[in-house]
Amino acid sequence: MSGHGHKHHEHEHQVVPSDPALRVKALESLLVEKGLVDPAALDALIDTYENKVGPRNGARVVARAWTDAAYKRRLMEDATAAIAELGYGGRQGEHMVVVENTPAVHNLVVCTLCSCYPWSVLGLPPAWYKSQAYRSRAVIDPRGVLREFGVELSEDVEVRVWDSTAELRYLVLPERPDGTENLGEDELAALVTRDAMVGAGKVAASSRATADKVSR
Amino acid sequence: MNGVHDLGGMHGMGAIEPEHDEPVFHSEWEARAFALNIAAGAWRKWNIDAGRHQIELLPPADYLRMSYYEKWAVRLAELLVKHGLVTREEFESGQPARGSVKATPPLTAAQVPSLLRTGAAASRNVSIAARFQAGQRVRARNINPTGHTRLPRYARGRVGTVDRDHGVYVFPDTNAHFLGENPQHVYSVRFTARELWGDQASARDSVYVDLWDDYLEPV
Repeated sequence: MSGHGHKHHEHEHQVVPSDPALRVKALESLLVEKGLVDPAALDALIDTYENKVGPRNGARVVARAWTDAAYKRRLMEDATAAIAELGYGGRQGEHMVVVENTPAVHNLVVCTLCSCYPWSVLGLPPAWYKSQAYRSRAVIDPRGVLREFGVELSEDVEVRVWDSTAELRYLVLPERPDGTENLGEDELAALVTRDAMVGAGKVAASSRATADKVSR
Repeated sequence: MNGVHDLGGMHGMGAIEPEHDEPVFHSEWEARAFALNIAAGAWRKWNIDAGRHQIELLPPADYLRMSYYEKWAVRLAELLVKHGLVTREEFESGQPARGSVKATPPLTAAQVPSLLRTGAAASRNVSIAARFQAGQRVRARNINPTGHTRLPRYARGRVGTVDRDHGVYVFPDTNAHFLGENPQHVYSVRFTARELWGDQASARDSVYVDLWDDYLEPV
């Protein structure tokens, strides 16, 4: 599309405050005045992604797959349906694909064109996932990126990078760490980090070791 | 469009800086900008592809300088004007036009759970023949459309192998411009890292890109 509103954009800079906080405040009050949005709906949307939908959902999916072979088969076959069995789905999780890490294969998920991310199982993406640095480098230098996340892969491990260019959303099924044979599903879920489900990390056996990373 | 948003393979974008205990939103305005986009989207005046394209239309320097939710805020303002929900004059004055009727928002707090729950499937349950099959070698076409596209530059002209057929989905290149959904098969196409980046890349590695039928040609 040509003639795309460059002028409009600059014009808008003049009329809307350049400070983003003021800009958004002005935008909200105008839209509420006009009846275009309901502020209570905004509160409910924010509450959903701050408190209800986040990486704990994905961690439950991973823990179930680690402990239930039949579930794992369904998950690899039709991830959307298997994830829905645990009650997760909807916006930005409509079309899910799960890719499995093994000793021979490491998967890493990116969206080079914007910041597509599986909201229904991981919540909203962290800043690093949306950064120009990650989006540019993940496809050309995945091993270097992984090294910065503390994941050192030997040359005989195959790296598969998944660029989310369409509406498919990818969740990495990390390797179950050794030494967790006696743990139940809840305990396992507590070990699973967000980064591991993007492929930018591995799951460690001790929650103490990963405590720092749980929120990542 | 060959925009700066198409970042795959670029150098010089700085270090990746993961943040400890990162909050979902870093400030109140980010949260409001996010929610305003979703709530205004419920008017269904535009679609997800048009929404993405609107961000790509930012001047490149602005795109690189602005934070994620700043882009969302500007995108929303542009879409609201483009689709007639708000006028430029209203943005300038900060007030609704005199005599304008107050609308009733399509999204209330009570409707939020079902809106998010339902989502918006991009797949289409129509019978359309697939042009390619898993295992087949394909070339990503060398196209340079000035409008929206989801074929990244780094894959154009490159040869890969169809890994799987995901089924039939809305085609963003037309949908973003309200020229129809043009549903067609989407495939995960595997490109070896060496095909994309040359001999410096690991011989084992690969990049899987989800590509529509119209982006591909047989080899």
